Amino acid sequence: MIDQIRGVLRQHARLAVDVDTLSADADLYAAGLTSHATVNLMVALENQFDVEFPESMLRRRSFESIAAIQSALAELTAG
Amino acid sequence: MANQTSVREALIERATKVANDVAAKHADDVDKRARFPVEAVEALKQAKLLGIAVPEELGGEGATLAELARIGGILAGACAATGMLYAMHQIQLLCILRHHGGQPFFTGYLRECADKQRLIASATSEIGVGGDVRSSKCCIVRDETHFTYEKQASVISYGEFTDDILGTARRAPDAAPSDQVLVLVKRDECTLERVGGWDTLGMRGTCSYGFVLKARCPLDHILPVPFADISSQTMHPSSHVLWTHVWLGIATSAVSIARKYVRSEARKNPGVTPPNALRAAELVSALHTLRGSIAGAMHEYIERYDDPDRLAGLGFAIRMNNIKISTAEQVIPIVNRAMGICGISAYRNDTPYSLGRHLRDAHGASVMILNDRLYGTNAQLLLISKED
Repeated sequence: MIDQIRGVLRQHARLAVDVDTLSADADLYAAGLTSHATVNLMVALENQFDVEFPESMLRRRSFESIAAIQSALAELTAG
Repeated sequence: MANQTSVREALIERATKVANDVAAKHADDVDKRARFPVEAVEALKQAKLLGIAVPEELGGEGATLAELARIGGILAGACAATGMLYAMHQIQLLCILRHHGGQPFFTGYLRECADKQRLIASATSEIGVGGDVRSSKCCIVRDETHFTYEKQASVISYGEFTDDILGTARRAPDAAPSDQVLVLVKRDECTLERVGGWDTLGMRGTCSYGFVLKARCPLDHILPVPFADISSQTMHPSSHVLWTHVWLGIATSAVSIARKYVRSEARKNPGVTPPNALRAAELVSALHTLRGSIAGAMHEYIERYDDPDRLAGLGFAIRMNNIKISTAEQVIPIVNRAMGICGISAYRNDTPYSLGRHLRDAHGASVMILNDRLYGTNAQLLLISKED
């Protein structure tokens, strides 16, 4: 899953740094993720993982790191 | 206590007195000469209305958001520029109040705001970021004790007349554009080089010139919370709540002038309802609808005020953008219709029913953050948000 997340980030997050250099806990906002790009990222993740993020997950914090994204997705795909 | 809806009539009376006795008297001159409403601001300081949001334990009066909004509207009805600068000042104060994290410098500063009635301006906009306040080019550069801060501010409203400035910057030289902090710059810690003028259709007294801001301040002037949080919890919603009340104040004043005109017509011929009385009745209905929607948006904010998670939700951001857009779309037609009721008396600039200034000021509502920009943001957010 992490690789797929990195792939989506590479394509849609428009970060200032190479995605591969980021650890799972690295702050994506500090790496240049803007609010505009966050929405594109959310849409792309919904498509990639065939999920719909509920409103309660649409927070900066849910997308602040690769690990946070992974845990949000895990929660959605668990059931 | 910004998270409450109560309104103390004594505060409203103090504001009404400043509005009627001072702001209204100078409004035409402020507008004609595009000058700072110095008399009204001095009167606000005398009446201790600038620092009222500071909590009582720090020497203020713990004004609620509802009180600040009402006062902004009352002032705007007399002089739109005064109302707008009052709103802008309170937005800065609310950001500090909520996000100072108990730091001694800021608690001391808040005491000073209550005691000395300091006026705070905002330096969020910057040349080269395309109007996006959540993005900065400039950064702060820290040394052991201080930071330096240099910003090409496309606009600092009343910057030439303010006591202090609250501005955004990237957190550090290597920080991303969206990785921002909010810093307080006191007037004696900075130089402001004015760039360009402010010759606009309306809102002429806000004197929103561009500036090159250069400052060196102690490190404790940096608010200890990322600007991303300050923006979603306080700056963005309180801006829309307070601005919309300013525009509502302009609309209310225009409608009140139209009603006065209809009453004067009615008195000329008692027993016969003047034809434009119907137009006035329609207009009052439109005004009350607008007032209701603005109050509704404010209450949604107050209701979530202490829940940062719900404030950070996309649905709430969309809601706040919408109240700004819809108010801007309604306020101009309302002033137009008031003008239609008073006819030539409103069109002339020299009658008690003149509405030219109201009309020009009202147009500021749709360009002060362009409606289309907010529609664009909402269009994007709605691709992902599911909230009704």
